[in-house]
Amino acid sequence: MSAATLEMKHEQAVTRAMPGRRLFGAYFTEAKYETIRMLRTPAFAIPFLALPVALYLLLGVLLFGAALRSDPNGAIFAFVGFDVFGVMGPGIFGFGVVVALEREQGLLALKRAMPMPPSAYLAAKLCMAMLFGVIVTASMITAALTLGHLPLSAGQCFTLTALNVLGALPFCAIGLFIGTRTSGKAAPAIGNIIYLAMIYLSSIMFPLPKSMQASAVIWPAYHQAQLTFRALSAPSQGSAWVHLAVLAGVTVVFTALSVRRLSREG
Amino acid sequence: MHSDCVAELAGVSKKFGKIVALDGLDLEVRRGELFAVLGPNGAGKSTAISILLGLRRPDAGSVSVFGESPQNLSARRNVGVMMQEVALAQELRVHEQIDLAASYYPGPLSVAEVLELTHTTPLRDRPYGKLSAGQKRQTQFAVAVCGRPKLLFLDEPTVGLDIQARETMWNVLRRLVAQGCSIVLTTHYLEEVEALADRVAVLARGRVIASGTVSEIRAHVVRKHIGCRTTVAVEEVRSWPGVESVAGDPQRMQITASNAEDVVRRLLAADAELEALEVRRAGLSEAFAELTQETIQ
Repeated sequence: MSAATLEMKHEQAVTRAMPGRRLFGAYFTEAKYETIRMLRTPAFAIPFLALPVALYLLLGVLLFGAALRSDPNGAIFAFVGFDVFGVMGPGIFGFGVVVALEREQGLLALKRAMPMPPSAYLAAKLCMAMLFGVIVTASMITAALTLGHLPLSAGQCFTLTALNVLGALPFCAIGLFIGTRTSGKAAPAIGNIIYLAMIYLSSIMFPLPKSMQASAVIWPAYHQAQLTFRALSAPSQGSAWVHLAVLAGVTVVFTALSVRRLSREG
Repeated sequence: MHSDCVAELAGVSKKFGKIVALDGLDLEVRRGELFAVLGPNGAGKSTAISILLGLRRPDAGSVSVFGESPQNLSARRNVGVMMQEVALAQELRVHEQIDLAASYYPGPLSVAEVLELTHTTPLRDRPYGKLSAGQKRQTQFAVAVCGRPKLLFLDEPTVGLDIQARETMWNVLRRLVAQGCSIVLTTHYLEEVEALADRVAVLARGRVIASGTVSEIRAHVVRKHIGCRTTVAVEEVRSWPGVESVAGDPQRMQITASNAEDVVRRLLAADAELEALEVRRAGLSEAFAELTQETIQ
């Protein structure tokens, strides 16, 4: 390589507008390396991908499968519970813990100081969470069709996949909110508290006592589960529009609060 | 404002709670210069740099980078950054780190060019998490220069580097400056500043307490060091006016004096056989220590 090719060419680099193709390339490259990072840390990814289907197979098929087969709605309840559980994890932990760690390690500040397109960082992580949602859905559908004896039509499988991919958004927003406000050490603990509280209090896994049932509506997991019941033609509560509005509202509010925080303080 | 100014802080103040980090700070970075920002811990260097990088907003005063707010992406597309407290993604290889950072810029160098420029080709396929501390700094430097920056911020760039790697980085910095790049350097290695800097600003308590070329900063300290071999007694030299201290013995006498020329004349008059005479100005470190001590007092 000649010395000339190494010239920094400052005079030539006067125009600093980013052509559209390069701007798209920046988003694509960020998402590509985010995916590569996750693939190179299987210890982080596998629990989120394998745990929902493993628990579904253990509890919904092996231990209580016979009882659930005699009650189709019970079988769907078990499936939906672990399906929503699988959608929540990558969003809350993938965003919450990873963003908190990267803030703490100064990586986020470096990216903010460099001319990274402002939403490329979030878009890359969002793509990862959605990809996780697709993998979780595919594994859950496969388990339900083969071992769970749950009759799902092709249309239901498609709707479920779309619902899970979009359903990752509110949980990513909550995770992002945790990640922008906690340290790397505190984020897993805070994430776990919210994750476990939501699993129980949204009644996606266990029916709540009557006195607490009304409070389930405050949790996005409840609304995600109701939409999933509808997609699987099972009995559900409330209006689909209300569920969609709540999930969209959670996404917008928590994302806006987090982005504001990131742009001001990192 | 200087006509060649590429970045400027004008009357910038910043408080964190009750602590005043910057107190009406004025700084100006000019085109094609290496500008060193020095100061004791807590002087406000990091806060000033973070405002220039657009990471923090000033409470008062103005900040501009290439005539724009550093919050603007178009301004930051001219900027390269090497921070001190940063961990790049552990899982990515060196060439991937460069490829990712280069994607943020409109006309970056190729990965191969960056590796060659920064002498990091042997590290190309190594995961960042498995590099030594010095190799990580080299990789961060490669990431900082990959976008052909017109303004480069370097925070303690040579910490952890061996002598050869440090010399290599210095050579690259000299080359970048010769090509018109402006560099803002913050470091505790004052020999690095003496070797590289065109201009220096010394900060203390959020203000500039001295600025100028390295020679101008050194000139803040009038004392000089005189070394010689002489027959004149140590006690006698110590009694002369302007002599601050005398160490060693007549065979290897070390004199510190505020009026070195007068002391040398007197030494030559007293000892016709005087040998190995050497007069040395105060170093930057002495000037820095004196300037910052005066401010703290």
